[in-house]
Amino acid sequence: MGLPNASGDLSTEVEVDAFRRLFPLRFYEKHLSESIRPDARPLGRARDTTIALGAVASANGSALAKIGSTTMLAAIKMEVMTPSTETPDEGCVAIDFHMPPICSPIVRPGRPAEAAPVVSKQLSDTILSSGMISLKELCLVSGKAAWMAYLDIYCLDADGALFDTALLSAVAAFSHLEIPVVSLNDDGKIVLLSEEQEGMSEREPVNKEKRKLTLCSIPFSLTCILHKNYILADPTAEEESIMETLVTIVLDSSSQLVSLYKPGGPVLAYTSAIQDCIAITRQRVKELQKILEEAISVMEVD
Amino acid sequence: MEVDREDGRTQNQLRPLACSRNVLHRAHGSASWYQGDTKVLAAVYGPKAGARKNENPEKACIEVIWKPKTGQTGKLEKEYEMILKRTLQSICILTVNPNTTTSIIIQVVNDDGALLPCAINAACVALVDAGIPMKHLAVAICCCVAKSGYVIMDPTKLEEQKMKSFAYLVFPNSVHSVLPEGSVQGEPMEHGIVTSVTHGIMSVDDYFYCLERGCAASAKLSDFLRRSLQRHPTDSSKAG
Repeated sequence: MGLPNASGDLSTEVEVDAFRRLFPLRFYEKHLSESIRPDARPLGRARDTTIALGAVASANGSALAKIGSTTMLAAIKMEVMTPSTETPDEGCVAIDFHMPPICSPIVRPGRPAEAAPVVSKQLSDTILSSGMISLKELCLVSGKAAWMAYLDIYCLDADGALFDTALLSAVAAFSHLEIPVVSLNDDGKIVLLSEEQEGMSEREPVNKEKRKLTLCSIPFSLTCILHKNYILADPTAEEESIMETLVTIVLDSSSQLVSLYKPGGPVLAYTSAIQDCIAITRQRVKELQKILEEAISVMEVD
Repeated sequence: MEVDREDGRTQNQLRPLACSRNVLHRAHGSASWYQGDTKVLAAVYGPKAGARKNENPEKACIEVIWKPKTGQTGKLEKEYEMILKRTLQSICILTVNPNTTTSIIIQVVNDDGALLPCAINAACVALVDAGIPMKHLAVAICCCVAKSGYVIMDPTKLEEQKMKSFAYLVFPNSVHSVLPEGSVQGEPMEHGIVTSVTHGIMSVDDYFYCLERGCAASAKLSDFLRRSLQRHPTDSSKAG
């Protein structure tokens, strides 16, 4: 960005804000050489992360996840469907990611965000291939009825690390999900039982009680920026726009690699850099596991 | 370890490659790339005056349009477009033609596994054919990890479905095609990853094993790419 010599001289003369706007890359590099970032984080530290479960009352499972100021709201709605003939005893999960214009100045009304379908595809690939949810568990009556889980994730504030936050909110929503009670009616159709009906109905419910899904090997992710020899964990939107090489690593709770995603970028990733990224991700996975467990235990106390 | 593959290939063997340049007359550059039965056609239009929203006064803009074999453009195609765009952005010299747009159109002719790597290779040849300034070429390869832990290269569609997980890896082409050997210090450039996309669960060690094998196999691809680019554009070249 700009002429390197000119900016070197200017850095002592102009105001910090002006320098930041004129030479964003130089501004960051000056920080990085001191092993610090403009928001006072060390290079390998992620931003503060919070999860609130049950944010949407009308959904069967929901969660609001925040990493720094990036905010995602995930909600799951369960519906009964007829399973396809190829997989008669499996349910289905449909994942959609939305970026409304409120989330970022880059997204304009009437023009869908370019990132949205890509994140959406990445999310469904990750969640379905990680084996977190057993689709067999979503079956009600083999060949007749199964659950369709519609997971919708809304980005309320896009400030970098979109995929990480979206995945965290999705995972949290699944751990909050309660599968409702249903029963067969006289026509052989599945009907939902409301709370009051539950005791009085003489019909046998298909599933005995509200239950939670068993989640095995939950995936967690961390996005890192590679810039020269520096590795920056959990970038903000500003950092993402200035330093373009992003690596997203998804590990599950047993430290297996679910995805290593690096779509191009000017910096080449060598084996050593990837190993470092994986090491940072391992630590982050432990942090995220703890945060999720805490959120669940808070929910159970209420 | 001996591995049986349906088409009798060894673990590291690629399918027969074929590449022809300048196959379309209206496009500024075009190429078709075959890997076995996977065939992709790439066309490049540009650099042309950019009147698009993503126009940048400092850099050239690259847009990728992915046309599937049948049906509408969905999320998968959008993702491929994004990966291809970022990959090509990283190998092209964008500052030479600022304020322009270069369009790359990918038409899938037949998909028999390793589709994205095939498209990246095709796009690369098409860019060279169009004379777009580039830092280096990219060679893309698909590695599959089987349930029992062995790794195979360049799978067919059937193999892709049977495997536990796979990785699409893109490496820079080997440097000694342009520079005299021994001029690169430290880790050779062709060991750096331009793009990595994985699908399915694998252990971290498996991934590094894939990297190693993919890198070795990409050297062969890179040789083939160089040989076919040195030929006359209308000749179609073939290799086993």
